[in-house]
Amino acid sequence: MTGIVSYLVFFSILASIYSLMSLGLNLQWGYTGLFNIGVVGFFAVGAYTFAILASPPAAGHIGGFNWPFLAALIAAMIATGIVALIVGIPTLRLREDYLAIATIGIGATIQLIANNMNWLTGGPNGIYNIPQPLSAYFSSNLGYNVFFLVMIVVILLLAYWSLERIVHSPWGRVLMAIREDETAASSVGKSGFSYRLQSFVIGSILMGLAGALYASFIKYISPTLFMPVLTFQVWAMLIVGGSGNNRGAILGSVLVWALWTMSGSVVQAILPSTLQVKGGAFQIILIGLVLMLVLLFRPRGIMGSRKAVVFAGESKTVSGE
Amino acid sequence: MRFGGLKAVDDVSFKIREHTITGLIGPNGAGKTTLFNSIAGVYTPTAGQILFKGERIDGLPPHRIFHKGLVRTFQIPRPFPEMTVLENLLVVPPSQCGESFWNNWFQPARVREEEERNHDKACEIAKFLNLGHVLDLPCKNLSGGQQKLVEIGRALMADPSMILLDEPGAGVNPSLLAEIIDRISELHERGITFLLIEHNMDMVLNLCDPILVMANGRLLMEGDAQAVRSDPRVLDAYLGGEPEATS
Repeated sequence: MTGIVSYLVFFSILASIYSLMSLGLNLQWGYTGLFNIGVVGFFAVGAYTFAILASPPAAGHIGGFNWPFLAALIAAMIATGIVALIVGIPTLRLREDYLAIATIGIGATIQLIANNMNWLTGGPNGIYNIPQPLSAYFSSNLGYNVFFLVMIVVILLLAYWSLERIVHSPWGRVLMAIREDETAASSVGKSGFSYRLQSFVIGSILMGLAGALYASFIKYISPTLFMPVLTFQVWAMLIVGGSGNNRGAILGSVLVWALWTMSGSVVQAILPSTLQVKGGAFQIILIGLVLMLVLLFRPRGIMGSRKAVVFAGESKTVSGE
Repeated sequence: MRFGGLKAVDDVSFKIREHTITGLIGPNGAGKTTLFNSIAGVYTPTAGQILFKGERIDGLPPHRIFHKGLVRTFQIPRPFPEMTVLENLLVVPPSQCGESFWNNWFQPARVREEEERNHDKACEIAKFLNLGHVLDLPCKNLSGGQQKLVEIGRALMADPSMILLDEPGAGVNPSLLAEIIDRISELHERGITFLLIEHNMDMVLNLCDPILVMANGRLLMEGDAQAVRSDPRVLDAYLGGEPEATS
């Protein structure tokens, strides 16, 4: 029984981390139409920044700053925002395809940096002993994980509430107008670049936040955790749940993550040991299949996007509850 | 305005007096829409100047020209299709407080107050354009004619001093067309200057004074309805006399 509970807690923490990422992607893609396929890169920047700043001294790489949890978390978000600015300023002036190419490159580059800049990231060995906030006050592992889950759910709800509020403000309306038709938006005085940049940076900051929480939760990060497949997972989550809908982004994250872990267990249980290493491919095929089925039968995702896009004439209450 | 070797608009010079409805006509390919796009900032003219209220605007991006009080509509309507009519209108007012990310957090009261003002204005404009009953429908569900009205509505939300209308009558059924004409003349009376491209001659001859005629990228003539009607060159341009060489 405790086994199941502790697994569910573990599962929910990771699902919340994925949800934060798909909320960020939803702001970029669902509300602004920015095709970011380097999600993992921003996630990694957040994770590494947090790990480097919060960890105790370690041999072989920079670190030992022992920053408090909250300070390191905020720094991780700022660092991710700066990286997003650097990527966004040259690419967001161009047509959307260029952002896709640039972000896919950034995702790969950041992973390579993590793998090779040993003095900064510990190279392939990664960073150990990443502290967890307030862990000294808990005696059992499960007890601590429950606390961590509560904390991360509060953060997730806060992110959800802020996003809902902001996408239904005049600011979010301009984002949608730009997504719908940039030429027309420009003809009514809205310059696309500045809004795309804001949306891109804010979405990326959420990914960085997810990375920092992830690093803190699993206490150890290494470059193998930041493979391109993570970007694919987050995209699948958003599309399955319904892009352009923040609740859909969270629902999709939980569902796809459940499918991913369950299929992992099934693979372990049924495949002969010689094929176990190929099990990961099976998981990717399965998610791909689900993605295709959703696109065929519910092209707007499970939650759909209409309601979130259109606030049905309640504009008076929209700007500020 | 030159595209590669093609001079789409060449040596066109005219003045639009304030508080007029100026018509711009000419056969297909005359360069009317290109001229529009140059004025509205979509294209940067390869030569020449465009002045608005004594200020050069050629080369400015469309969103800057919008903020000078010069607003355009499109030949094929371009409402934001997934957004409602109301949202389409609310996007427009320039320099909204709530368009800044931070103001929504630090000055919510100011944002809400402004939003209410804009909402009232949008409702009023929608009523004026007979769009009151479709306010909450996504624009993609509207007829082509209604979408044109939404575009005019969007233009009005900006309190412009001048509106460029690109074929407001194209693809619009006759009763709606009469309504559009009626609205344009009323807005004209309220002091808005119009420049409009139109193929519907009845509409142009009734509504516009003066009328500019373009053919083959050049300005053929300028005059009132009477002058245009009686000028043989205009008929010639439409019915296809010898086209001039435009190398």
